[in-house]
Amino acid sequence: MQNNVKITNSITEYRQDFAIIANWVNFGSKVLDLGCGNGELLQFLRGSLEVKGYGVEKNDANLLACLQNGTNVIQMDLEDGLSGFEDQSFNTVILSQTLQAMHNTEEIVLEMLRVGQEIIVTFPNFGYWRNRMQITAGHMPVSKALPYQWYDTPNVHLCTINDFDEFCKNHKIEILERRVITDGKEVSFLPNLLGSLAMYRLKAQ
Amino acid sequence: MQENNSIGIVTPQTAHFSEPLKLKSGESLPQFDLVYETYGTLNADKSNAVIICHALSGNHHVAGKYQASDKYPGWWDNLIGPNKPLDTNRFFVIGLNNLGGCHGSSGPASINPATNKPWGSAFPILTVEDWVDSQARLLDHLGITQLAAVVGGSLGGMQALQWTMAYPERVRHALVIAAAPNLTAQNMAFNEVARQAIITDPEFYGGDYYAHGVVPRRGLRIARMLGHITYLSDDAMGEKFGRKLKDTIKYSFDVEFEMESYLRYQGDKFAGEFDANTYLRMTRALDYYDPALPFNGDLTAALKNVTAQFLVLSFTSDWRFSPARSREIVKALLDNERTVSYAEVTAAHGHDAFLMPDAHYHAILRTYLSNIEIGCNHAE
Repeated sequence: MQNNVKITNSITEYRQDFAIIANWVNFGSKVLDLGCGNGELLQFLRGSLEVKGYGVEKNDANLLACLQNGTNVIQMDLEDGLSGFEDQSFNTVILSQTLQAMHNTEEIVLEMLRVGQEIIVTFPNFGYWRNRMQITAGHMPVSKALPYQWYDTPNVHLCTINDFDEFCKNHKIEILERRVITDGKEVSFLPNLLGSLAMYRLKAQ
Repeated sequence: MQENNSIGIVTPQTAHFSEPLKLKSGESLPQFDLVYETYGTLNADKSNAVIICHALSGNHHVAGKYQASDKYPGWWDNLIGPNKPLDTNRFFVIGLNNLGGCHGSSGPASINPATNKPWGSAFPILTVEDWVDSQARLLDHLGITQLAAVVGGSLGGMQALQWTMAYPERVRHALVIAAAPNLTAQNMAFNEVARQAIITDPEFYGGDYYAHGVVPRRGLRIARMLGHITYLSDDAMGEKFGRKLKDTIKYSFDVEFEMESYLRYQGDKFAGEFDANTYLRMTRALDYYDPALPFNGDLTAALKNVTAQFLVLSFTSDWRFSPARSREIVKALLDNERTVSYAEVTAAHGHDAFLMPDAHYHAILRTYLSNIEIGCNHAE
């Protein structure tokens, strides 16, 4: 349910998210945005960096929104992998706040590394102190970044920054850059505790 | 609603071409006619033209009616008209009957000027490539250099694809619907059964049945019945007819199930109005189309020179032109970094879905078409 997984952020955090991604994408490069929603990130990247962008999206309404704003969109289910895309055929492949809702989590990251020279993965950090507080109080976390109840959440593979660092190490994925954001501001001190959104720029080792 | 935004009364026209058309087979047609209809108004710089390529049994009567009392409008009337997804307030839409057809364009049933008799078996076997070449001649005749879009479903989608390869500078957008880059063996097998039904009909006379005053009606009827089975999904047939009986089981071979009644009706209707020689040729054009063949099966290489922007669209329950086949086209376009979007429409109707006015399907076409800018591209 890619349509449900975009996390409702405050405008600032949202923009900060886009701004960092824009910093990691080269001018005029070829970008694939997985779970592109209504195409707003690609629109932003087209406008600011003149990228050649393609989105992948499963949801019908999002597909229509993409066509409406002139975003190239390919309707398919990410859970099936990226078989329609050649090895190393994109400069950057992006998975923005969708990782935690994937069933084939490991496979999609490996597929991204196959298709993209670099990849960008962002996800809500489950280790964020507010989440930990709610767990300590005996409840599953519900927040701006995780707006679902335990029984209706599309998020099936939540992880912490530490978990993802370890995942990268175990899968021989090189972390080129990691940025952590809370309420639109960068966090450098105790990121796994104080960071709400984790953003990674990665490539295969 | 549909009546309100109908294109209204339309009139077919015929264009005569006296320059020969060289065919892929090596033969040539010394002269030919194309019958066509147009809807909407060609703008001053002739940049708003859209051509509709028809499928196996289609023709030039795509929208509107010939007279108000016509029972049915043209075959894609739900798509084309004022304020419809393909909006004739904006676009100048051309529908034509393909060469080899039986609705007015030169075909096996028309008179061969060399003999003054129907062409019959002597009418050449045409290909998708030949059709597109003849359509380009029609554009020349109308003074149109570049199409805003070419639109086609099924065999028509193959023509749309072919347009972008044969005349890249003449097509800005291609809408390739429920199509494939070639037919699978299973798909060709259905065509072979259909042709065998026709060819083995005692009234076929090797294709020269006109002289005998008969038509191979039985064969054509069976061919069409087979076609209809493959155009629907199992689910759609189940929903439409299930095991419903017309009356009771009578232990006979008469029409007892609703499905039989439907197939016989469709077969009879078709056999009464379509030409068997045309049916043979349409299925052969389907079989032969394989643009990747000269590139050792590499569709990416075959599409290297296309410049058009694409909307590729498939239907989930279409097993005759399955989504996987459309995705092959999408992949080849992506490999070439072309501008392409791909929609896989959830639909129960099988291959026939491309003719149905499904709301989401039409919303996709409407959205895509309304974003097409009017105004010709110039060579870069």
